[in-house]
Amino acid sequence: MAKTDFIIEVNHVSKQFEDGKYALNDVSLQVKKGEFVTILGPSGCGKTTLLRCIAGFQVASSGVILLKGEDVTQTPPYKRPVNTVFQKYALFPHLNVFNNVAFGLKLKKEAPETIKKKVRRALKMANLTGYEEREVDTLSGGQQQRVAIARAIVNEPEVLLLDEPLSALDLKMRHDMQIELKELHEKLGITFIYVTHDQEEALTLSDRVVVMNEGKIQQIGTPTDIYNEPQNCFVADFIGESNILSGTMIRDKRVEFCGQEFDCIDTGFGQNNPVEVVIRPEDIYVWRREDEKRGKILGQEDDDYEDRVPKGKFTKWYGEVQTCIFKGVHYEMRVLTPDGYEFLIQDYHEFLPGTEVGMLVRPEDIQIMRKEHYIYNYFEGEVMKNGKVRFLEAEWDVEEKQLEGFEAGDKVQVRVKFRDIDLQDYEEEGTLSGEVHFILYKGNHYHLTIRTDEGYDLYVNTNDVWDDGDRVGIVIKPKDIKIDKPTPAPSQEGEEKGTDR
Amino acid sequence: MSKLVQIFSSRRTWAWPYVLFMALFVILPLILVGVYALTDIDGHFTLHNFAKFFTHSEAIQTFLYSLMIAVLNTLICLLLGYPAAYIMATADFRTPKVMAMLFILPMWINFLLRTVATVELFNMCGLPLGEGALLFGLCYDYLPFMIYPIYNTLQKMDTSLVEAAQDLGANRIQCFWKVIVPLSLPGVYSGIVMVFMPTVSTFAIAELLTHNNIKLFGSLIQDYITTTDLLNYGAVLSLVLLIIIGVTSFFGEHDANDGETIV
Repeated sequence: MAKTDFIIEVNHVSKQFEDGKYALNDVSLQVKKGEFVTILGPSGCGKTTLLRCIAGFQVASSGVILLKGEDVTQTPPYKRPVNTVFQKYALFPHLNVFNNVAFGLKLKKEAPETIKKKVRRALKMANLTGYEEREVDTLSGGQQQRVAIARAIVNEPEVLLLDEPLSALDLKMRHDMQIELKELHEKLGITFIYVTHDQEEALTLSDRVVVMNEGKIQQIGTPTDIYNEPQNCFVADFIGESNILSGTMIRDKRVEFCGQEFDCIDTGFGQNNPVEVVIRPEDIYVWRREDEKRGKILGQEDDDYEDRVPKGKFTKWYGEVQTCIFKGVHYEMRVLTPDGYEFLIQDYHEFLPGTEVGMLVRPEDIQIMRKEHYIYNYFEGEVMKNGKVRFLEAEWDVEEKQLEGFEAGDKVQVRVKFRDIDLQDYEEEGTLSGEVHFILYKGNHYHLTIRTDEGYDLYVNTNDVWDDGDRVGIVIKPKDIKIDKPTPAPSQEGEEKGTDR
Repeated sequence: MSKLVQIFSSRRTWAWPYVLFMALFVILPLILVGVYALTDIDGHFTLHNFAKFFTHSEAIQTFLYSLMIAVLNTLICLLLGYPAAYIMATADFRTPKVMAMLFILPMWINFLLRTVATVELFNMCGLPLGEGALLFGLCYDYLPFMIYPIYNTLQKMDTSLVEAAQDLGANRIQCFWKVIVPLSLPGVYSGIVMVFMPTVSTFAIAELLTHNNIKLFGSLIQDYITTTDLLNYGAVLSLVLLIIIGVTSFFGEHDANDGETIV
């Protein structure tokens, strides 16, 4: 049998529920022996389902899961060489600490002496020596968590699965346990697969992070990769704070956004192609503009141009500080440019609201991403007998001239600009209703993903402020609906990545 | 006026009717049973009735027989009820409703009517009335009292505990005996108490289903109490029964609170 390097291989696994929704959609993941891999994502992204498929509590609808090269897709959990630390500990309330930890060993019919020795060792590892006789419900949350960990590692599993193990603990305790988990991982040398929605936890603990959303893997990489080079808007927005702007890639290593051209280091995005630009708030250099005019770049006497702002021919841009909040280590400011772009900036220096500031960013700190969708929503539609067009499972009025050359029953492609979709506060006012599914602030406007009640996604650019989960009515004016012949059109659903438009 | 409001808004005030009710219908009867048991027909203090019970072989035999029937019925109910509760608790979301409905349906009808119907059923099928019919009738009447408490504990059980057991290497059978059963014991105990206590003191079901051929302790008490000159002896028998029931319920409670000791 060919030995693989990977202890776990998840190949094209999908999990579909009875209502047809995908909890996992074609997920593939390889984990090396001894790795600490974190699956990160917002709630409902499928991360726990993936873990449960690996543990065996759920069976994948399609795809294969290999453990040490062996197909375990259909294997029941008790036959898998993995152990799980459950989110709410799942300690047996009718057993004391010793018997909880010994549960697995007793099932394996190990000798009582061996069991005693192993349990004692596991409890020592989990810093619980002396707690053997305690009832589990007399323990604190942190202690229960340790029992759960001891109960899992005492079986010497090849893989330890951890399902949001620290989510029930308070902040301080969580930090302590993070360090302990990291040490435990080093001591044991086994593979850890860790599920969390806490990005800080993921970045601190893991060798590799798997970012998931809506049942799909968005990006796999080391914590630094994930943070510095997000591959799409979701990752950029979910991990840390970021400024995400629409821009145009003029040519290799040259990008335009917020009305100016910048040098960057990215290549391979073609010429004059729309892109998304990500700049982390801590990567923007900022100084008081009046000091610059007086020949001094920085606000404070002891500051030196050489130290604070990089030398060279960088594109600078200017704006006015709107808000400035002290965040402990740094100040967080919102700066508005004259043409209406807002930037989030973190700096050790305080710039009071109303201050005119200059900004620059180093080329290597500009992260360029492909645009996932651009200007238009495309829908499949059908011309109706009454002169309306049916798409998104609703009938819409359109301008007559749009329908020239089409007959009732013709299949057409419908095109609506992101800008041209109006959202109404009251869902009854819309032809369709839906809810705000994802919000991205693009410097001078919001880019929303609206999911209709029928399950379609449409993209909307707006200056209005909406909240995640807001119910909205969707209105499209007849003049904004464009009808084309159905071409093998760029489909908006699914294939977000790699489609250059 | 405000004083009146104060009185009526006080929780203590609202408790009074219940206190009165309990004093009249629970505590006073208990005292009366005690008084009657310890006096003779003229109202003089005596222990003679107690002495009579311990030498009265028919009473003791009936008592033991009733205990046996009650234990047997409890056992049958447990054996039938646990799987039913388990199926209901683990089945998908529609099945338990239907099943619960089916179990609860007979309880819409008074148990005496049901028992009479059972008698007719036995007659119609040509089955003899007697001990078998008695056990059938008891089981038919008290099974729901066993199922519900068990169903309740099973349903409330954290499914992640079952998953944890599987994760640690327990197959379905091991999982059942090592996790599900121990954790459902509180429900089992209250089921036992709820079936055992009324069965041990039952008499109507026995009379109807055995044509008065089998006498249970409850019937015996009834006989004596309705016979005026043996009222005091009947009170002694009631007291004995009360003590037995009290002891079993005490055990049940004790064990349910402290699952550890039995496991």
